[in-house]
Amino acid sequence: MTITEKILAIHAGQKEVVPSQFIEADVDLVLANDITGPLAIEEFERSGAKKVFDPSKIVLVPDHFTPCKDIKSAEMVKVLRNFARRYGTRFYEIGKVGIEHALLPEEGLVLAGNLVIGADSHTCTYGALGAFSTGVGSTDVAAAFITGKVWLKVPPTIRFIYTGKCGKFVGGKDIILYTIARIGVDGARYRAMEFCGETIRNLSMDDRFTICNMAIEAGGKNGIIEPDGITEEFLLSAAKAKGIFYSSDNDAKYENIIEIDAGVISPQVAAPHLPSNSKSVYEFSDIKIDQVVIGSCTNGRISDLRKAAMIAKGRYVHSEVRTIIIPATQKIYRQALREGLIDIFVEAGCVISPPTCGPCLGGHMGVLAKGEVVIATTNRNFIGRMGHPESFVYLSNPEVAMASAIKGKISHPDEVLK
Amino acid sequence: MKVKGKSWKFGDHINTDDIIAARYLNTTDINELASHCMETIFPDFSKKISKQDIIVAGENFGCGSSREHAPIAIKGCGISVVIAKSFARIFFRNAINIGLPIIETDFVEKISQHDILEVDFDQGVIINISNGEKGEFFKYPEFLQQIIKSGGLMSWVKEKYIR
Repeated sequence: MTITEKILAIHAGQKEVVPSQFIEADVDLVLANDITGPLAIEEFERSGAKKVFDPSKIVLVPDHFTPCKDIKSAEMVKVLRNFARRYGTRFYEIGKVGIEHALLPEEGLVLAGNLVIGADSHTCTYGALGAFSTGVGSTDVAAAFITGKVWLKVPPTIRFIYTGKCGKFVGGKDIILYTIARIGVDGARYRAMEFCGETIRNLSMDDRFTICNMAIEAGGKNGIIEPDGITEEFLLSAAKAKGIFYSSDNDAKYENIIEIDAGVISPQVAAPHLPSNSKSVYEFSDIKIDQVVIGSCTNGRISDLRKAAMIAKGRYVHSEVRTIIIPATQKIYRQALREGLIDIFVEAGCVISPPTCGPCLGGHMGVLAKGEVVIATTNRNFIGRMGHPESFVYLSNPEVAMASAIKGKISHPDEVLK
Repeated sequence: MKVKGKSWKFGDHINTDDIIAARYLNTTDINELASHCMETIFPDFSKKISKQDIIVAGENFGCGSSREHAPIAIKGCGISVVIAKSFARIFFRNAINIGLPIIETDFVEKISQHDILEVDFDQGVIINISNGEKGEFFKYPEFLQQIIKSGGLMSWVKEKYIR
């Protein structure tokens, strides 16, 4: 069996599972946010249920429209808060809250071998810890609040084997954008994406989170990386426990095996309006930008901020560019403060936002006007994703985003550093 | 169950931001969500369609976010069924879970804009009344049929766990 099949089998109480089989599996953690949580809670209450299956396994994270952007969003967060108080579930208030997919691993809530569902498509992020985690809907979450279970169809697995050493300014974001460009936004639809090979082994946890985070952008059900020493170090530090390390058998069945030479990947930029429109940054000349966003569940971690600060240090962002930096969690924010990164950003003319998903989904904290262009370290560049339906979103890694902020147009970091 | 309605055609990779933009996600009100359905790519969609009309689309319909607001907005408009060549996985499960009928079939190619379609769910047949073409579609596997028969996931959970 593959690592995905093993985790699903154990949670379904079965010796073995095969692709296309329907199972009802036990969940180790159920997640919802301020957009999807209220719908789930409405469904829960309508069902007449009187208690949740296990309050310690339910996490409510108001991160999308917080600090609340308007009355309606305040009402939605209030629904989460009241539910959490009534049933004793986990809830992260402003001051403690961070972007869910950076926050949960940091809080040690996800261990290797866990099965996690979340009413947020980027729940697939935790596959970087060797867990099975997948995005579901609000009704799935409402049902899981009651039963502690989820229905799943066992996905076939596509194995992605990466070899070679990443070049300068190439990291997890470039690897996943390159991969999505190669297979398309539905190239892994309903599939498990298993990322492996020497390149992945040499990546930091932050880069691995970025890769698994964007599995959904290829239509994947989950992204997963076999846990190793780097995973263990992270888990022991964050959770004081490691969970169970599964790995794929040598005779595991794969639907497809795709080999990618990471050594040839240059920094990537995905043009509007699909993540699969990704090409080398060298192919973008004279794309003027109005805004830069560095943050999100994809690239708002400390190593992302370090990379951006390295480019920004001692420089100033272009006079016609608004640059918004969003540390993904309070812990990352503090770490960035301690390391002097926040100082570098503010001196460079960037603004720092509290942890929020905000602009990534056109919510608040940097919404685009008609005709405006942004380069962002986020995950989606759909039509109207970050604001006006006639605005344009380019996706990149943090170094390219910061270099572009300084030059006022999409740029390779070398153009700034030279 | 049978439904009959006019087809509204869309292309490939219609995403959840197209179906309901994030700026409207500060509510869970079905009528308000419905009023903004598809507006990014098709202004006034909810006003132009009639009850029982049918969305017909290409590959990977509903890709993007996990927002259940997307199938809810579609259901709220009065759309009776979404027919697509394929669906993104979270949209697929959300639709099943809230009881929005969806059909995965290549028969989409034999449907033009505004054709009148009749869908017979019990027989697994789509008839394109406008051009006389007829297509069959696979029924859902037993497990999903149980959920659909119960009227969605929550009713199924209620039957199994709460009573």
